[in-house]
Amino acid sequence: MKARIRKLITVVEEIEREGGLTLERPSRRAAAIAVIENPLSGMYSEDLSQLIDIGEELGDLLARKALAAIAEDAFQIESYGKAAIVGEAGELEHAAAILHPKLGGPFRAVLGHGAALIPSSKKRGGLDCPIDIPLGHKDAAYVRSHFDGMEVHVPDAPRSNEIVVALAITDSGRPLARIGGLSKDEIVGKDGLR
Amino acid sequence: MPDIILRKTIVTIEEIFHEGGPVAAVPLLRGSVCSVIANPFAGRYVEEIAGFMDDLKPLGLMMAKRLVAALGGDPHRIEGYGKGAIVGAAGELEHGALWHVPGGYAMREVLGGAKAIVSSAKKVGGPGTRLDVPVTHINASYVRSHFDAVEVGVTDAPRADELLLALVMTTGPRIHARVGGLKASDIVGEDGLR
Repeated sequence: MKARIRKLITVVEEIEREGGLTLERPSRRAAAIAVIENPLSGMYSEDLSQLIDIGEELGDLLARKALAAIAEDAFQIESYGKAAIVGEAGELEHAAAILHPKLGGPFRAVLGHGAALIPSSKKRGGLDCPIDIPLGHKDAAYVRSHFDGMEVHVPDAPRSNEIVVALAITDSGRPLARIGGLSKDEIVGKDGLR
Repeated sequence: MPDIILRKTIVTIEEIFHEGGPVAAVPLLRGSVCSVIANPFAGRYVEEIAGFMDDLKPLGLMMAKRLVAALGGDPHRIEGYGKGAIVGAAGELEHGALWHVPGGYAMREVLGGAKAIVSSAKKVGGPGTRLDVPVTHINASYVRSHFDAVEVGVTDAPRADELLLALVMTTGPRIHARVGGLKASDIVGEDGLR
């Protein structure tokens, strides 16, 4: 492993009821989170390749963890998202280096497919800082029923020299989605948008 | 007594490799399961509530089984436990106390007869309220290496008329435990204390 991992966390939420109704089938979502040391903490480095490589590694590891936590088969996964929190001695650009250049490839490979942009958020924060991982349909970003978010936080992270990296996946859209727009049955699935 | 109306269940597993010291050969696992149910006594004073403890037993068993499964499936690996409840604003602290018997029963049942009292915490709170659930060794409360706590909470629960019920388990001592006291290897195992 390139990343020095302090801890890994998986969170699975299974929703049975919403708005006073019992759902036809429970809606499930999972987040997999890594707390890693930031090798560039406390310094300015023009070269961010270490973090880019760590992103590639975590894309695979965290995707596998999240998938194993909620689904037997990758075909069951419908939406995804990613996020990172940089500890106070790091730069926002460190989060970008982990999330954007190389994380998506292995994340999509674990899920088998994923034409849509992976929605993301990032911030700098201290211990227990919450972050809302944005969620969108993995094959068509305009699927309205799947716009959502999953909040995660780690009580003891990130310390100032750490980064929290989180991926989230779901097996369904919002529990009682009913505001129209593109539905998942209408996905063409070529351009990642519709 | 009333039916259990379950809204959602959240399972969180933390896999801890180190906390600045030597990397453990076997990572420590700390897990929690939280179920959010309707509080049948919310909004009024009800004198007779104790019968609800029996109704909670199947839910407790489901939660304990799910947590053990998420921790790897082997009940013999579980070394620490605790339980907790957060009562929504339209309920009473006493409603949280209903969890003592079924929560403890469920874990003993699934773990095969743990001897120590199950440490616990409870409070009244709103959505997102966090609760630090204390953890002690399952067979001897005085084992110092296993004193710990797992923070639980659910972003959108408990609503005013809900109860959030939690069980937590760990697979070993704190990751760098080194403050002496009774060791797990020195447990007599008769009185649940030493």
